[in-house]
Amino acid sequence: MALLEVTNLDLRFGLRQGEVRALRDVSFTLERGERLGIVGESGAGKSVAAFSLLNLVGKPGFIAGGSITFDGLELNSMSEHALRKVRGNRISMIFQDPMMTLNPVLSIGEQMVECLKAHRRISSKKARAIALDKLQQVQIPSPETRLDQYPHELSGGMRQRIIIAIALLLDPDIIIADEPTTALDVTIQAEIMALLLDLCEQHNVGLILITHDLGVVSQVTQRMLVMYAGRVIEQGLTREIINDPQHPYTQGLINALPQMATPGERLNQIRGSMPSLSNLPNGCAFHPRCDFINKANGEPRPACVQEVPEFVDSGNCRVACHMVAEMQEDRRLKLEEIS
Amino acid sequence: MTTPTVTQSNSQTTRPRIPSRWERLRDSYLWYSFKRDHTAQLCLAIFIGLVIVAFASPLLAPTDPYDLRQIDIMASELPPFWIEGADERFILGTDAQGRDLLSIILYGTRVSLLIGFGAVILQALLGITFGLMAGYLGGRVDALLMRLADIQLSFSTLMVAIVVGAVVKATMGGAFYSEYAIIMLILIIGLAEWPQYARTVRASVLAEKNKEYVDAARVMGLRSKRIMFRHVLPNTLSPIFVISTVQIANAIISEAALSFLGLGMPETHPSLGSLIKSGFDYIQSGSWWITLIPGAVLVILVLSINLLGDWLRDVMNPRLYKG
Amino acid sequence: MIAFLIKRLMHAILVMFIISVLAFAIQDNLGDPVQQMVGQSVPESEREALRERLGLNDPFLVQYGRFALNAVQGDFGTSYFYREPALDVIARHLPATLELVFASMLIIVLFSVPIGVYSAIKPRAMLSRFFMGVSIVGISVPVFLTAIILIQIFSIGITITLFPESTGWGSWLNDFFSTEGNMPSFGRGYDLVQVFGHWETNLATWNGLQHLVLPSIALASIMLPLFIRLIRAEMMEVMQSDYVKYARAKGISMRRVYFVHALKNTMLPVITVGGVQIGTMVAYAILTETVFQWPGMGLMFLDAINRADTPLIVSYLMIVGVIFVVTNTIVDLVYGLVNPTVKLTGKPA
Repeated sequence: MALLEVTNLDLRFGLRQGEVRALRDVSFTLERGERLGIVGESGAGKSVAAFSLLNLVGKPGFIAGGSITFDGLELNSMSEHALRKVRGNRISMIFQDPMMTLNPVLSIGEQMVECLKAHRRISSKKARAIALDKLQQVQIPSPETRLDQYPHELSGGMRQRIIIAIALLLDPDIIIADEPTTALDVTIQAEIMALLLDLCEQHNVGLILITHDLGVVSQVTQRMLVMYAGRVIEQGLTREIINDPQHPYTQGLINALPQMATPGERLNQIRGSMPSLSNLPNGCAFHPRCDFINKANGEPRPACVQEVPEFVDSGNCRVACHMVAEMQEDRRLKLEEIS
Repeated sequence: MTTPTVTQSNSQTTRPRIPSRWERLRDSYLWYSFKRDHTAQLCLAIFIGLVIVAFASPLLAPTDPYDLRQIDIMASELPPFWIEGADERFILGTDAQGRDLLSIILYGTRVSLLIGFGAVILQALLGITFGLMAGYLGGRVDALLMRLADIQLSFSTLMVAIVVGAVVKATMGGAFYSEYAIIMLILIIGLAEWPQYARTVRASVLAEKNKEYVDAARVMGLRSKRIMFRHVLPNTLSPIFVISTVQIANAIISEAALSFLGLGMPETHPSLGSLIKSGFDYIQSGSWWITLIPGAVLVILVLSINLLGDWLRDVMNPRLYKG
Repeated sequence: MIAFLIKRLMHAILVMFIISVLAFAIQDNLGDPVQQMVGQSVPESEREALRERLGLNDPFLVQYGRFALNAVQGDFGTSYFYREPALDVIARHLPATLELVFASMLIIVLFSVPIGVYSAIKPRAMLSRFFMGVSIVGISVPVFLTAIILIQIFSIGITITLFPESTGWGSWLNDFFSTEGNMPSFGRGYDLVQVFGHWETNLATWNGLQHLVLPSIALASIMLPLFIRLIRAEMMEVMQSDYVKYARAKGISMRRVYFVHALKNTMLPVITVGGVQIGTMVAYAILTETVFQWPGMGLMFLDAINRADTPLIVSYLMIVGVIFVVTNTIVDLVYGLVNPTVKLTGKPA
């Protein structure tokens, strides 16, 4: 049994205009020490998925169905009190913007010590020693003085190092990192990513990395999920998906990478934009933007318009698309033509 | 990889008709939320009702309270109709001078509203001009105006109004002051409260100033006065709109406070505040209605404005200057 | 810290200079003090002599110089009405006002923080909606009217005969809503205790405290709802912030999230607004003291205006100016202590 197992997670927002389904049928697993990437455009539900694991989606969001099992614990049916003992202790989080994540009026030391003391019965002195040790691990210069400093006295990169140190404070099993480098300067993004990766490997910590950067995902993670409009549409080994994407959306994403463009030509893009969650198209949510369907005869296939696609195995991935078989057939024919 | 052609909308054939002001209002979020918010509807109805009734008071009031012949000591301190001993001529009873309370409240509401609106118009004129200047010109003008506004605000607008009122009254003499009390109060409250507008306008001007449309206007060589009033000001309107409601309520309360302290409307031409003041002397003798009925009218008036302001703030959600 | 204090001192001197010029200009223009002092019957020659003796015939600048020099030494002139140094008159009235304001601030702090925090944490709860409804009404009732209503209910008493007296429940309801009205509402009472010098306190005896109840509630009545709404709005904004979400993700207790992470950030703008509102408190104190005939500075000021007692008016303005400067400095100091991003140099880092 996997360390973390999410099955058919269904998360909704109860708004005045009616319920909005932010996540539908999201299922995935994470093994101990494994690194999983979740990719998708903004609004696809990546961050919400991450927050929902620890039931941190604020009102009016609520989990309407499905289960989240972590090391034998049913996280979604746990009391707030019991869940609190998992948060920050066995599963910790790294937020996107380090400038906003640390509380501006509390010292770094206080924000580290309070986390330790919330989960362990130790003296402040002992907690400070642990905090100091972790600060050294994230390679912060002169860590002793940092403990008494306030967030505004540190740079963005430095703050994200501190947040990584806080994430590691209690030697967690899983770290969920929500776009951990997006808000940083390009020059230090790689540095922070390498540090995070390194520490996860060292301590055998599982990592769920949420990002829209396919480049980072391909370098860092072993497996990945692609999300679109609140749904997982493709999942499998990162290597396989990057090399041979099955879903037209994933293909589009990879095609849109700058390195895929021909020099001198315009960059490729997926036309249209993500539909609003409160107003999803029928059938496959991607069909209005799907190139494959349009190419066939200019009209979407009836199945794509009418039915929500089920997951099918395709090669080494699982993909939710009606057209997978047809696309593979196309490709096989093309290959035959060439040979 | 070929990009599929996106069908262009036939934009050349039909030019979109520019919607009229009324149509834009009807389609706006403001109107949508107003239709759903019953409190806002009720408050607007009460407010408009009070304004109409107050300004039509010479037509509606049973008697003319400014007419000195109405004073009848024999009929003084009569209770309102639901209490024993009431006189059917006076529905809400009479005050200590025997004037019909209903009539005098109607006239008093008119005075209060007149001063409230007048003072807010003056504040807005001063505050918007100074706020625009401070925000747009910056530098010394900004420092000077804002320092002045800070000092005035830290003394609180009511305090400034009381001191100015007291000094003006003492220098000009009570009789003269009473004669021009409405103008005096508009001037005093207007001068005391302009910093609120100035700070709000300045804050939004500072936010707007760095946007590209201002740069564009400057590049086109427009004069700064034109940029300020035609380009920047319209974009600061929603916070101005929101604080205006609060300021009207504040001005009415300030006027009532000044009148209550004897620095406002004289008892011969009372506002709601001076009615409360004159009735307060008789509260110990059991004639509570002379002070509490005008008080209730004042509270309903101010409350409906405040609730409207709350609703507006929620709908327009401007970033208001805090403090 | 020292730089901060020097900066504040410069600011204070500037403010006091402006106030003193204004105050003196008022003094110069306000009525004829000689008239106030001697009345109609004294012949003109004697009045002229008195004017000369008081220095009222000197040029404006000479008079201001003399005024400022005396003021710095604590001499604000002699009250025409009391015929004693204006500062002594103020010193006699100051404790009453300070105690009243202190009691009101106590009420405001004790109630606004818990109610504001509660209605921010549970915005949809019935109790929160009730608090919000009451607070908007509270803001809409002027202080003097609240004071009058309090007097009517608790000091004069009301007799309700709305329900049928013949039935048991009717008379019970009538009794329930009627009040006896035995709370004192006039002055400071007879049982004041001398603490030191001029300072007589209301806080030491039961009778004194009773006299303090209604005025302090009235004075707090408009500021309390203002602060409840402010704390609620700020707290709700802070609760949406990333750092509060992050604090929850760290697994610390909700109590700590609310009262350490959220409340501390909430209080920053509240402290700033609180500093500004001190001036409003002084203004409202004038109104409250008038209604309750509370013998404090506000009532004294109003009487001084009616008697054209210029030295007293001027010294009141000067003393109020000093109070503002001192309290604003304290507020800034407190703000600097709570907010680590401010390095008490006057400007945020």
